[in-house]
Amino acid sequence: MFENLQNKLDKAFKTLKGQGRITEINVAATIKEVRRALTDADVNYKVAKDVTDRVKQKALDRKVLIAVEPGQLFVKIVQEELTDLMGSEAKPINLKGDPAIILIAGLQGSGKTTFSGKLAAYIKKQGKNVLLVAADIYRPAAIDQLKVLGEQVGVEVFAEPDNKNAVSIVTNALAHAKRTNKKVVIVDTAGRLAVDEVMMQEIEDVKKALNPSETLFVVDSMTGQDAVNTAKTFNDRLDFDGVVLTKLDGDSRGGAALSIRAVVNKPIKFMSTGEKMDALDIFYPDRMASRILGM
Amino acid sequence: VGKTTVDEDVLDELEDVLISSDVGVETTVKIIKRIEARVARDKYMGTDELDTILREEIAGLLSDSTGTAITERADFELPADKKPYVIMVVGVNGVGKTTTIGKLASQFHKRGKKVVLGAGDTFRAAAVDQLKLWGDRVGVPVISHGMNTDPSAVAYDAVKKATEMGADVVIIDTAGRLHTKVNLMNELSKIKRVMQKFIPDAPHEVLLVLDGSTGQNAFIQATEFTRVTDVTALAITKLDGTAKGGVVIGISDQFRIPVKYIGVGEKIDDLQTFDKMEFVDSFFKK
Ligand SMILES: Nc1nc2c(ncn2[C@@H]2O[C@H](COP(=O)(O)OP(=O)(O)OP(=O)(O)O)[C@@H](O)[C@H]2O)c(=O)[nH]1
Ligand SMILES: Nc1nc2c(ncn2[C@@H]2O[C@H](COP(=O)(O)OP(=O)(O)OP(=O)(O)O)[C@@H](O)[C@H]2O)c(=O)[nH]1
Ligand SMILES: [K+]
Ligand SMILES: [Mg+2]
Ligand SMILES: [Mg+2]
Repeated sequence: MFENLQNKLDKAFKTLKGQGRITEINVAATIKEVRRALTDADVNYKVAKDVTDRVKQKALDRKVLIAVEPGQLFVKIVQEELTDLMGSEAKPINLKGDPAIILIAGLQGSGKTTFSGKLAAYIKKQGKNVLLVAADIYRPAAIDQLKVLGEQVGVEVFAEPDNKNAVSIVTNALAHAKRTNKKVVIVDTAGRLAVDEVMMQEIEDVKKALNPSETLFVVDSMTGQDAVNTAKTFNDRLDFDGVVLTKLDGDSRGGAALSIRAVVNKPIKFMSTGEKMDALDIFYPDRMASRILGM
Repeated sequence: VGKTTVDEDVLDELEDVLISSDVGVETTVKIIKRIEARVARDKYMGTDELDTILREEIAGLLSDSTGTAITERADFELPADKKPYVIMVVGVNGVGKTTTIGKLASQFHKRGKKVVLGAGDTFRAAAVDQLKLWGDRVGVPVISHGMNTDPSAVAYDAVKKATEMGADVVIIDTAGRLHTKVNLMNELSKIKRVMQKFIPDAPHEVLLVLDGSTGQNAFIQATEFTRVTDVTALAITKLDGTAKGGVVIGISDQFRIPVKYIGVGEKIDDLQTFDKMEFVDSFFKK
């Protein structure tokens, strides 16, 4: 996509140069192409507009139009802007507390349970004693799913299949973790929509009961324009600490990453890149910028 | 005095609505051009008329028929001449395939049909358990070979057993797979081929499930799944949230595949047949 865009921009700039009428108005046309490309990459259209407004200013400041390779410089400016927006460098997970408590939340099917298993494996590798907690009391076989993953990564899973109260489950889990000397507790929760008041209240209550050192919001990288609404509501309710982007082993551009960052200003901490338990990466903003731009 | 052009403001606003509903730039431009053409021809007068034109144009892009007879029937009904009617459900990870199967089974079951489910997701942790729980909820049998078995063998066995049991419909669950995974995509073709050894024209329906909150990637999903399995119908899930699922307009338009079902929740009755006008109207609701 972006190779296309770069070609288009190169061409546009050539024409402009030929005409000898290089003005702010001319830049606006190329800016429109960039905005379109970002929207096609699922960047929220309002965020795309803000980004391109800033790109435009930078392009004018850096005299892109009299550059030798204006198309290339322009692309560079766009990429820098995206990388900056996404936080310049990787942010590590906070494992303070004894035990450190990590709460996992997000929409249905975004990849929470899979990520919980992966994170448990990742932390266990650091030599820490981990407990996984099954707090999804709704989805059919949610507990079994986490148990299978727990077994795969060799981490104990706390579950109370007959308990239909998530707050009570996590409270009991915490007591169990202390008793068994766990250093890190990872709590997998049910998927929920931001508009579901009962479910949003539940996760708020779960958070209160846990007082986690880290609350992570898990988002499917294929998410479209709605990513901003969801992220905003979850952040309003949970004030989460970071974002996990999943299913990046596919070919989605992942524009949602940019939108979420722009709207809630929380760092993206992990990228999930497959169904297997080792398919986890920490997040690199520059790589994500390139990905969104299709480079 | 009638106007022959639409206000720029009105079009800008429309563009925002469409883009924020995930319709995508290309389809949005297409819709706006069609409206401009209609306005030029019909001499647009007021906002109300524009509204109607707009809804008509969008609905016009949503396909009615795949050109095959199976889609000519009323939804949640099964063609009389195909017994058992074989439905294979496909899609990327976590979109709602298994849940949609549970809900669909319930709809058929409620209408007095004999339903059999095939546990063809033998890969994802507890996928078989999940489908079995749905089978219990609905009260229909689930054919399974357990986890980590060959999904083609499960599908074959499911259509065979369904036939022996005199079932009206058999619905095959498959593991979620990203369309970029070549081996997994080829596996779908294989599942199909193996079923055809028992019922030559199976599957009669390939239902591609799309998550309503997915953006432009859904387009590539449709392209790739269509390529390996000849998708005949679409289901869009999770429309009970704020996401609009607009990308399906371009998909339905380009591939001429009808949207048959929408998922509007996690409960057994949260499946509806698709209504174009309601769908389009939802874009304009706050
Ligand atoms: N390809 C791929 N699949 C993934 C990834 N993460 C999760 N999945 C798959 O996505 C699907 C949904 O993942 P889950 O972990 O069950 O998602 P969840 O958020 O716990 O779902 P609910 O509990 O139903 O809300 C499963 O098929 C997973 O195997 C990933 O990074 N890549
Ligand atoms: N709100 C809402 N949730 C849904 C809907 N359909 C499915 N879900 C939820 O989405 C999550 C994933 O659903 P599944 O049916 O497991 O999805 P799948 O495509 O079978 O997933 P994999 O087999 O892992 O690829 C579950 O938590 C479902 O309850 C829907 O229409 N609305
Ligand atoms: K909706
Ligand atoms: Mg889960
Ligand atoms: Mg499934």
